Amino acid sequence: MDLAGYRRRRLVDLAVRGACVAATLVAVVPLVLILGYIVVKGGAALSPAFFLELPKPAGETGAGMANAIVGTLTLVGLACAFGVPLGVFAGIYLAEFGDNWLGTVIRFCSDVMAGVPSIVSGLFVYALVVVPMGRNSAIAGGLALAMLMLPTVTRTTEELLKLVPNALREAALALGVPEWRTTLWVVLRTAAPGIATGVVLAVARVTGETAPLLFTSLNNNGWADGIDQPTASLTVQIYQYAGSPFEDQQAQAWAAALVLVVVVLVLNISARILVRHRVAGAR
Amino acid sequence: MEADDDKRYKVRAIDLHAWFGTSHSLKGITMDLVDRHVTAIIGPSGCGKSTFIRCLNRMHEVVSGARAEGTVLLDGENIYASGIDAVLVRRRVGMVFQKPNPFPTMTIRDNVLAGLKLNGLRTRDPDALVERCLRQSALWEEVKEQLHKSGASLSGGQQQRLCIARTLALEPEVILMDEPCSALDPIATAKIEELIHELRGKYTIAIVTHSMQQAARVSDFTAFFYLGELIEYGDTDSIFTKPSNPRTEDYLTGRFG
Amino acid sequence: MPGWRIGNLGDRLFRGIAATFATIIVVVLLVIAVALTQASRETLSAYGFGFVVGQDWNPVEGANEVYGALPFVWGTLVTSFLALALAVPISVGIAVFIAELAPEWIRTPTGFVVELLAAVPSVIYGLWGFFVLRPVLIEHVDPALSRWLGFLPFFRGAPLGNDVLLASVVLAIMILPTISSVSREILRAVPNTLREAALALGATKWEMIRSVVLPYAKSGLTGAVILGLGRALGETMAVTMLVGNKPSMSLSVFEPAATMASIIANQYPEAQGRQHSALTEIGLLLFALTLVLNILARLLVWRVGRLPGDAGRA
Repeated sequence: MDLAGYRRRRLVDLAVRGACVAATLVAVVPLVLILGYIVVKGGAALSPAFFLELPKPAGETGAGMANAIVGTLTLVGLACAFGVPLGVFAGIYLAEFGDNWLGTVIRFCSDVMAGVPSIVSGLFVYALVVVPMGRNSAIAGGLALAMLMLPTVTRTTEELLKLVPNALREAALALGVPEWRTTLWVVLRTAAPGIATGVVLAVARVTGETAPLLFTSLNNNGWADGIDQPTASLTVQIYQYAGSPFEDQQAQAWAAALVLVVVVLVLNISARILVRHRVAGAR
Repeated sequence: MEADDDKRYKVRAIDLHAWFGTSHSLKGITMDLVDRHVTAIIGPSGCGKSTFIRCLNRMHEVVSGARAEGTVLLDGENIYASGIDAVLVRRRVGMVFQKPNPFPTMTIRDNVLAGLKLNGLRTRDPDALVERCLRQSALWEEVKEQLHKSGASLSGGQQQRLCIARTLALEPEVILMDEPCSALDPIATAKIEELIHELRGKYTIAIVTHSMQQAARVSDFTAFFYLGELIEYGDTDSIFTKPSNPRTEDYLTGRFG
Repeated sequence: MPGWRIGNLGDRLFRGIAATFATIIVVVLLVIAVALTQASRETLSAYGFGFVVGQDWNPVEGANEVYGALPFVWGTLVTSFLALALAVPISVGIAVFIAELAPEWIRTPTGFVVELLAAVPSVIYGLWGFFVLRPVLIEHVDPALSRWLGFLPFFRGAPLGNDVLLASVVLAIMILPTISSVSREILRAVPNTLREAALALGATKWEMIRSVVLPYAKSGLTGAVILGLGRALGETMAVTMLVGNKPSMSLSVFEPAATMASIIANQYPEAQGRQHSALTEIGLLLFALTLVLNILARLLVWRVGRLPGDAGRA
């Protein structure tokens, strides 16, 4: 046997394995660096005032982002109000009635929509909502975010409904329950925890979005008077303070980044733990 | 005596254990494969027969969570000794799987040559080698016009014979067959069995099979496995005509399995 | 369950509502195209196709006012492809590591960490890139590159900080998780029987991957890369914060540039009249570009899903 040749082959094998491990480390390092930096910088700038006070001009102490925190919650809430029912019903259609050409078209469009740049959805909502309304508003921002949630919610709902065993549907139908009730009260309820996981992931994604808000909800240095008014958000606030020459505003940006990252990562991690529990329970 | 045995027996498993995670699926098998003969391994599903032959070329450990312990002597050398590379073992002990698995991205010709290419071996005349292996696996007449088509374009039985040709090209010393006919129709099965007949005398073959008739038709020796243990082992005629263990008899007469 | 549903009013109503909601997705996609075309009709009619190849961009009202998208198309392509060049080898390495090499206990946490990278908001990558990575590049990486490779046109000029290189490196970090997690799924779809066949022929792990796994997964991996490219093309915030937003077309990675998304984010809020139209048309172009890429990628990824084969032994 060709042992010298084999030694070379084994070296190549080891080299490639090493390269793959190195690649993985290269990817993990930035995450650790980014998170570490945010914790250090943001932690130093975080104070109770951050959660309780409004932004103040540079130089004044005790500035906060209370309005941006409430604003982000408002925007995400509106996005859910628009996006979740729409996505869930679309998902129901795809799972229960979607074995036809329309289903294929919708599925394809929803996949394609998932790849539309978020700034384009901002432009779209600007043309369709902001221009006719004559001003920026939380509604517009919420709609732009809802467009980004829609594909995720739709496809998650579809996939989870398809996992519900047919025996369950048949059991309900055999009791004389009409199909729509069966779908809503039996099938949807069985799949609800999974769909909730999908919604949580979608929420985590849009909470961190900035680009679609830049010209829809814009920003606001104080409290918004209603959801038809320009509204502050953590992400837009970070964007503006990042370009600020004042150090205390930069520090505020880091603090906001820390809050945002914690929220987004907690949402992500809890969604994944939910999934794992569900999968483990199903075994 | 020992040396004689090593010569007569190509592969000798001694107290071989195997686990999948925590389940102990092979419980101390000691069994020899006679050189250049066909040994059939039978038993109900889950008895460890596939696991056993997968331990003979160290394919068992490929499945995550699986491990094996014990001794397997190949020409008197323990393939589980530390420092022995599984890659080199598999080069000498070929394997044919339950489901035909030709490489779909390669042509028929390249499938036959795949083992050589993977091992960095060169032949002076690859075309002659392809023809020889395909003739040996009784596939040549059917595919000689379409050597450049994908291996996936063949029928199931042809695919399995292509996999055998692919194994033969490396000139292994032992060929392990893991229920090679279970995915095939009766005609394709007959062809593979004929092929095994042709190969005996040149190679040491171990074949796992569900079908007792197949074991009786193709093998010189038969081993009966049950719940991870070797219950009975002997030449095929005596196992089938006068089994000494009642459990073997029960299985052969269809009382369970 | 087709069959016995016809005739029931409640069922028909329910089905109708679901169908309407589902169709909204298709309608939205169409309306995006229509609305953006409407909002950019001024520059569409003024420049026609010339807009796409126009090299000058001067939004100041007056005789010199002119709009051409080429610098932004150029900036988008350069940053995206540079990011791809950095990210693809690493992502495929990660995917191979997770799908083929890593032991079980390391597999899940590693995949988890890489996916968390995808969860970090874009604006935070921008913040980090600006305050942390930028100084590192200016002090250590840029001087080294211009000293050793300065004879190439790609590394000419004085590194100023906000430039193509900085934006591309951060973009690469951002698209890494997309490419690697899709690639990982693609590799998982390769039937185990093929891996076993290669190993049983005496292949090493790498030989198995190279000669059996990668060829089988090729079109799916291409799809993964295109998905990553789609993300890079549309990525806005981090790039806007790092690329310099100067409409120029230089070969050097030390020059500032602007991408289609970054110029919209940068100028749209203060834009007036014709500039609005021009920026919207850039948005339309970006929409069309990502649409084509996404369709292409989906087709490739879907095709792998339809290949024959099984998930292998339990």
